[in-house]
Amino acid sequence: MPLETLFQFINLAFIIVPIIIGLVVGSLVERRHYRSIRRRETDTMAQPAVPLGLSALSGVTIERAHLVTGSTVVAMDAFKAVLAGLRFLFGGRVGGYESLIDRARREATLRMKVAAGDADAILNVRLETFAIGGRFGGSGALTSVEAVAYGTAVWVGSGPKR
Amino acid sequence: MLLSNLETVPGRTVVEFFGLVSGSTVRAKHAGRDIMAGIKNIFGGELIAYTELLKDSRDEAIDRMIRQAQGMGANAIVNIRFSTSSVAQGAAEIYVYGTAVRVQ
Repeated sequence: MPLETLFQFINLAFIIVPIIIGLVVGSLVERRHYRSIRRRETDTMAQPAVPLGLSALSGVTIERAHLVTGSTVVAMDAFKAVLAGLRFLFGGRVGGYESLIDRARREATLRMKVAAGDADAILNVRLETFAIGGRFGGSGALTSVEAVAYGTAVWVGSGPKR
Repeated sequence: MLLSNLETVPGRTVVEFFGLVSGSTVRAKHAGRDIMAGIKNIFGGELIAYTELLKDSRDEAIDRMIRQAQGMGANAIVNIRFSTSSVAQGAAEIYVYGTAVRVQ
């Protein structure tokens, strides 16, 4: 009988421990990621990435242009996955998913800028997201998301930039 | 091969249209990566193995599209679009398409 209780306790620990780790480490990882995103966004402010076509650069000669992409897959932590699971019972805003997708999109955009190197601007930026189901939190539940950002990097010739 | 997701290649004139070209690839994640991803799903954060996998798939799809365009005699692809769809649990299809053209 005590052995059975021990097994039950171990089973419970397998559920509780990841949630606690997720709460502590997950929020730390997210805060650090957001700090890094904000810093790099400020650093790359001079290189605009806009969802506009060539109209954004009318009257400017473009010397070179090519396609650039950036992508990332970001996973949600166990604590947020459980919170999101509860949200599906009560309805309402699912904050965990919001920040997950936001981080993925902004990270992908930043990587696209890195791929563009010293380009003057990135035009016609498109963002795509793709949900990747995982095991945690039940079958097919969203636990990670891929974001892809792509656009045409352009280098302008001599003359006024932008 | 010049690639652009604008309607033209900026600074060049389109002299000939060849029509739609596309490339696709279906990739599955392997079990080892899945286990690592399962662990990462406790902590949260970036799944680098998946990022690489999907990036490689996208590059391959682009390569296939380029080969098709080369076969037509094009030297540029404009108006490129990407799309991803889930074909089965654990597998994704990456599809890329655009318009093959010849520019000066």
